[in-house]
Amino acid sequence: MSSPREAGLLAGAAPGARFPGPSGLCRRVIPCLDVAGGRVVKGVRFQGLADVGEPAEQAARYAAEGADELVFLDVAASHERRGPALAWVERVAERVFVPLTVGGGVRSADDARALLEAGADKVAVNSAAVERPERLGELAARFGSQCVVLSVDARRRPEGGWEVVTHGGRRPAGLDALEWLETAVAAGAGEVLLTSIDRDGTRSGYDLELLAEACARVEVPVIASGGGATVNDFAAALDAGAAAVLAASVFHSGETTTAEIHRALAARGYSVRRTWEREEGRAR
Amino acid sequence: MSGRTSAEVTIVDLGVGNLGNVRRALAVAGGSPRVTEDPAEVAAARRIVLPGVGAFRPPRERLRGPLERALIEALDRGATLLGICVGYQLLFGRGEEHGDCDGLGLLPGRVTALPPTVPRPQIGWNRLAARRAHPLLDGLGEAPEVYFVHGYAPEGVPEAATLATALHGREFAAMAGWRRVAGAQFHPEKSGAAGLRLLGNFLAWEGAWS
Repeated sequence: MSSPREAGLLAGAAPGARFPGPSGLCRRVIPCLDVAGGRVVKGVRFQGLADVGEPAEQAARYAAEGADELVFLDVAASHERRGPALAWVERVAERVFVPLTVGGGVRSADDARALLEAGADKVAVNSAAVERPERLGELAARFGSQCVVLSVDARRRPEGGWEVVTHGGRRPAGLDALEWLETAVAAGAGEVLLTSIDRDGTRSGYDLELLAEACARVEVPVIASGGGATVNDFAAALDAGAAAVLAASVFHSGETTTAEIHRALAARGYSVRRTWEREEGRAR
Repeated sequence: MSGRTSAEVTIVDLGVGNLGNVRRALAVAGGSPRVTEDPAEVAAARRIVLPGVGAFRPPRERLRGPLERALIEALDRGATLLGICVGYQLLFGRGEEHGDCDGLGLLPGRVTALPPTVPRPQIGWNRLAARRAHPLLDGLGEAPEVYFVHGYAPEGVPEAATLATALHGREFAAMAGWRRVAGAQFHPEKSGAAGLRLLGNFLAWEGAWS
């Protein structure tokens, strides 16, 4: 059963809004792995990248620690204009049996098909969708919208609101972030990975205002990204309507695990997997 | 998998979706999977997995004729069958996605849309409530969470055939089974340790339960 607190607070829904039906659907905690040249790297995106490991090793550790899902972003793929390497995706899929989202350099339906065949369950599309939103529809028609994740990097504008930036925050796309979400979901995106570039890597909490606005605009699940580090941050993002919370550095550093976060969120009344009670949460 | 004989398992390729993850998970669970669309191989199979993603009708049409006859022949010979997601939905009598369509009729019930009071499709982890003791559920605990991606679900499944339920808008049979046929609306190949355990249980299952 869903917990009392969670009644009507489902994936993609703003509190108490569109989906009042009962459900045991869980909120997700997602470790994110940035990959460059087939290695997991970390750093404030694109600055001071440090090698932190092999993708399949890291992924297996996170899965053992209770990850609900894993997101891999090939951070070198887009600005160097090449597709993501498939070999490491396959190695991950041989060891990890939770949903895998892979993004970075996905430009065509063929890129997506190659990733899905290598073992990805969803592909994340960022710059390629900005260049040509119809790509989202093409991917959704071919693979189903549940496979198509729109990845958006949003930056606060000094005059208010948020703009879309691409290429790791280096290039403004000339789009309003909230309007872009609506366009992209209408075009076929089945989920949104929303990263606050201002907060990314800062550990100062998610941009909750951005999240709440985004969750009110689209009905598909929104994954909160950029700045989340503490249980308070994660809970606040879920309260803002996020279906899932994504983080990187707190998992890379080993200071916490998804199982520990699940336990803390469950104690606060959120519907999450009870991984700390089971095999998955006992890797450490 | 030391000390275990590798269990042969035949994955039926219905031309929808990618079977790599099902194959990989069955291999890790101790199986020796092969993927085929050849009716002769299906007819001779000892264990059959019917996977599927997407809509009800395309895989149903693919299964009509020789493949369906091969499946029934294998079951008559004592094979066990596990349907996954749309492969599970196909086991029921009817499906209503994009127009009424007959199913295989191996399990009692019909497949209808989830209610509009919840997000559709349901994508994510949800909790199972085990309803009957069944070899497939062995060792999964009382309320394992498993990973779903679906907009439709079985309805009208008799209690005797309902192995586990889940709640999303309505309570539905997330696992059903009858004799040597069983299925899961969720994706065991994406459900972590619980899913691998279920697949291992299927590989070890001789086909009987009470």
